[in-house]
Amino acid sequence: MSIYAYVVAGALVLLGGIGIARSRDLVHTVVCLSVAQSGTYVLLLAIGYQNGAPAPVFGSTTKPTTNVVDPVVQALNLTDIVVSATVTALLLALAIRVARTHGTVDPDQLTSLEG
Amino acid sequence: MTVLIAIALTLVLVGGAVVVFTGDVQRQAVSLSLYGLLMTLLFVLLSAPDVALSQVVVGTAIVPLMVMLTIRKIKGNR
Amino acid sequence: MSRPLRWCVLGVGVAGVGLVMVLAFLRMPAFGSSYHPYRDAAVPAAVAHGTANVVGSVTFDQRGIDTLGEEAIFFGSVLAVSVLLRPADDEEVRSEEGSLAPLQSTRLFGYLLLPLTLLVGLDIVAHGHVTPGGGFQGGIMLATALHLVYVAGRYRSLEQLRPMPLFDSGEAAGVAAFAALGFAGMAAAGSFLANFLPKGTFGQLFSAGTVPLFNVAVGLAVGSGGIVMLGKFFEQVFTVSQDEGRHGESTAS
Repeated sequence: MSIYAYVVAGALVLLGGIGIARSRDLVHTVVCLSVAQSGTYVLLLAIGYQNGAPAPVFGSTTKPTTNVVDPVVQALNLTDIVVSATVTALLLALAIRVARTHGTVDPDQLTSLEG
Repeated sequence: MTVLIAIALTLVLVGGAVVVFTGDVQRQAVSLSLYGLLMTLLFVLLSAPDVALSQVVVGTAIVPLMVMLTIRKIKGNR
Repeated sequence: MSRPLRWCVLGVGVAGVGLVMVLAFLRMPAFGSSYHPYRDAAVPAAVAHGTANVVGSVTFDQRGIDTLGEEAIFFGSVLAVSVLLRPADDEEVRSEEGSLAPLQSTRLFGYLLLPLTLLVGLDIVAHGHVTPGGGFQGGIMLATALHLVYVAGRYRSLEQLRPMPLFDSGEAAGVAAFAALGFAGMAAAGSFLANFLPKGTFGQLFSAGTVPLFNVAVGLAVGSGGIVMLGKFFEQVFTVSQDEGRHGESTAS
């Protein structure tokens, strides 16, 4: 039962991949890519979690000597979220361009590589 | 693993499947926003408030907004 | 490749990757275990530098070079979106806003929540080294808060409140400030992005050395960049329209 969190993360990545493969609309593809990227967030946080440990921010209730959740993994996660958002924006801008140039956003009809 | 975390993980998995298998792109933008909120709850339960703050703004507001604007621009062209 | 054959290849791929993933997961430490060597190394280093938010310390103090790369990615991405979404051969038409005015309650909530969310965003940026939060979270919250003006009103009010050149320079200033702080660290302490200011008392506002300054620089860069990025999408929807006479020439089939 203790690998359930990892299995959920892996399943999200594979679900995103299945969505990308079966989609008929470029914007749908971008949203499925976003789901796949969110699977990696869950995997990173699941690696760093410890049962019953508080968040890695020290204050009046958490003394610096208590065991906290892994902070390095959370920092990696922050970078991951930033890069995912910007990649999504770039792909959506490309989809707008493709729609204007070719008139369609169906991947099955976008077969020719034109400038 | 507590019961709450197991429930949150299951909700996230179901939410991801709903987002992927929604056909209409306009509906997918709304379900993506709700999926972002479920992820935020999961992150709070996993003791990650910094990541949850990032995710709630990006996943609930910014990415669905950009998706909706893209859909409107593409549909307006045709 | 025909569609059924594509489904078979997809099925084989998903099954293979899934199997390899499960085999890897069985060998990892159990979920919720207490074996975290990175935490055992990072937390004492953060406490030694007087930073109460350990994630902020890892982001800006211990792995500052990764954050510089992330800022460069964000900057380059906003630049690419601006280039891709510039009005090319279309004419720029100031299209009229649709006739649907927002509900009175939406307007009230929007204008009430606008100063509140702006203040919360500034607070999260400023206190990023003592409470959960930081430059990126607060910056992106400020960028989203500004668009409450669009939700509660019309696109034209958002346009007037959002002069694009100001936010372009704001983003550049944020990234430049980040690099300048890095070079100041090299001048003062000998290594790029070193934490050279006095570390102060643990948990107070003036603590953690340069981490609050990095938070402000990143907040400025990300907030302005987010506004520019969303602004390009809004401009595409509301102000750029295609020249109808030339539409036939540009489609390929």
